[in-house]
Amino acid sequence: MNWTAVAAIYQFEMARFFRTLAQSFLSPVLSTSLYFVVFGAAIGSRIDQVEGVSYGAFIVPGLIMLSVITQGISNASFGIYFPKFIGTVYELLSAPVNFLEIVLGYVGAAATKALFIGVVILATAHLFVDITIQHPLAMILFLVLTCVSFALLGFIIGIWAKNFEQLQLVPLLIVTPLIFLGGSFYSISMLPPVWQTITLFNPVVYLISGFRWSFFGTADVPVAMSLLAIALFTGLCLFVIGWIFRTGWRLRS
Amino acid sequence: MSTILSISDLRKSYAGGFEALKGVNLEIEEGEILALLGPNGAGKTTLISTICGITTATSGAVTVGGHCIEHDYRAARAMIGLVPQEINLEPFETVMNSVRFSRGLFGKPRYDALIEDILKKLSLWDKRTSQIKELSGGMKRRVLIAKALSHEPRVLFLDEPTAGVDVELRKDMWDVVRELRESGVTIILTTHYIEEAEAMADRVGVIAGGEILLVEEKADLMARMGKKELQVILTDPISAVPAALADHDLRLGEDGRSLVYTYDVKAERTGITALLNDVAAAGLVLSDVATRQSSLEDIFVGLVSGENA
Repeated sequence: MNWTAVAAIYQFEMARFFRTLAQSFLSPVLSTSLYFVVFGAAIGSRIDQVEGVSYGAFIVPGLIMLSVITQGISNASFGIYFPKFIGTVYELLSAPVNFLEIVLGYVGAAATKALFIGVVILATAHLFVDITIQHPLAMILFLVLTCVSFALLGFIIGIWAKNFEQLQLVPLLIVTPLIFLGGSFYSISMLPPVWQTITLFNPVVYLISGFRWSFFGTADVPVAMSLLAIALFTGLCLFVIGWIFRTGWRLRS
Repeated sequence: MSTILSISDLRKSYAGGFEALKGVNLEIEEGEILALLGPNGAGKTTLISTICGITTATSGAVTVGGHCIEHDYRAARAMIGLVPQEINLEPFETVMNSVRFSRGLFGKPRYDALIEDILKKLSLWDKRTSQIKELSGGMKRRVLIAKALSHEPRVLFLDEPTAGVDVELRKDMWDVVRELRESGVTIILTTHYIEEAEAMADRVGVIAGGEILLVEEKADLMARMGKKELQVILTDPISAVPAALADHDLRLGEDGRSLVYTYDVKAERTGITALLNDVAAAGLVLSDVATRQSSLEDIFVGLVSGENA
């Protein structure tokens, strides 16, 4: 393993993040605050409690997931797409590194950024509502796994994308709807029975449910199912990346 | 001298069926400067990209320092520095970080004294904290060279290093390349500029249509294939080459004031004595004579258009 190269890619990517630290920091703080004003205070004040938790607190895990998933994807996809776009990818391809090292560098950096945003949102949320985390270790595990797995998905999207439109396409058309319909702002039990069944095909439901369980001890689906779902998803992403690695798809002509 | 880069029967076909490399064979000696000359689309960049791992070969073998670029790619690539033709740089990064990144990417530990030395040699030291987007085109090209040198390559590929670079900077770059050669780095440069090959190369390779047409010592090439022109300037203009001189294959110069005779420098008899005797016998009065050695450019144009191939 060329760990020096992994570190070089990781640091280079993190440097991009730190160059725009104010934006990286302000944007999640602002959007979280807005969500709390709208959903927590304006609408939430009319909602009693959901599963024994105040609505303001109830949406915190979903909000974190929403940002972490979006950030993981966008950071990783942009991270690998940008060198392709500006041509600096030549250096990666001609360096004595294998694909695993490239993935570790880019996905590691993207996941770190997403994790950072997740923590910032949690801290911001703490200013608005009281949150107690019942299973802190499980919370960290879910958070880290989500950051990594969606950074992997983002990396695939970045390799696949041939232009900026395509880069936005998957997050916009598929991921955002899945997150919003995945129980970020409601409990699955609040849905009509038919939709409860349909919603079980949405993988994000398992993530948010498991993550929420680590906060409040209540879940829409069993925690084991959540872990299985995220493991399956990560495995699928790794499989696709392995295939890209073997074929050099969209990287080497 | 030992061979540092060996290419045998290298072929590359693209998905559309276009054959960019049609069985290239090339041996490059350690420490030499080889200039690859060729028109646009000759396969120069494809050849370099394949050696460096940016594109994969359809068939054939390449070894760098004895390491196969496919099976032992880490060792092979670690020896190679590549300066691409296009100015591909992360615009928002600083010069220093960009160069450090390259060194790290090639698995080398941080070595700031070396980076400082490279940046100073390339007159980039003052710009080390500047963002790359603030630099001029020529400076950006130097950054590309600095990045390629940062990991101490044994073989350096310069793909059209001076394309679009002003004359002064071009001369500076030639100096840098010569200095590198002094330090033992093998250099392969592709160029459109014959002047560049003529000024720098030890050997010249001509590539066209995905094939290496020839590789030769520059001096030999020029001597072997070089032709010379003898220009006989006449005092009084003539309208046609006199019949008495028909055997000499002459061309009438502009205004009929000169006769141009082309001859092979290496030929046993150049025919100059006979020509001059016959010119005198034909009653023409000479005011001057001049000779001109054909340049690499003439040879190149001749080769690529198939005259000498």
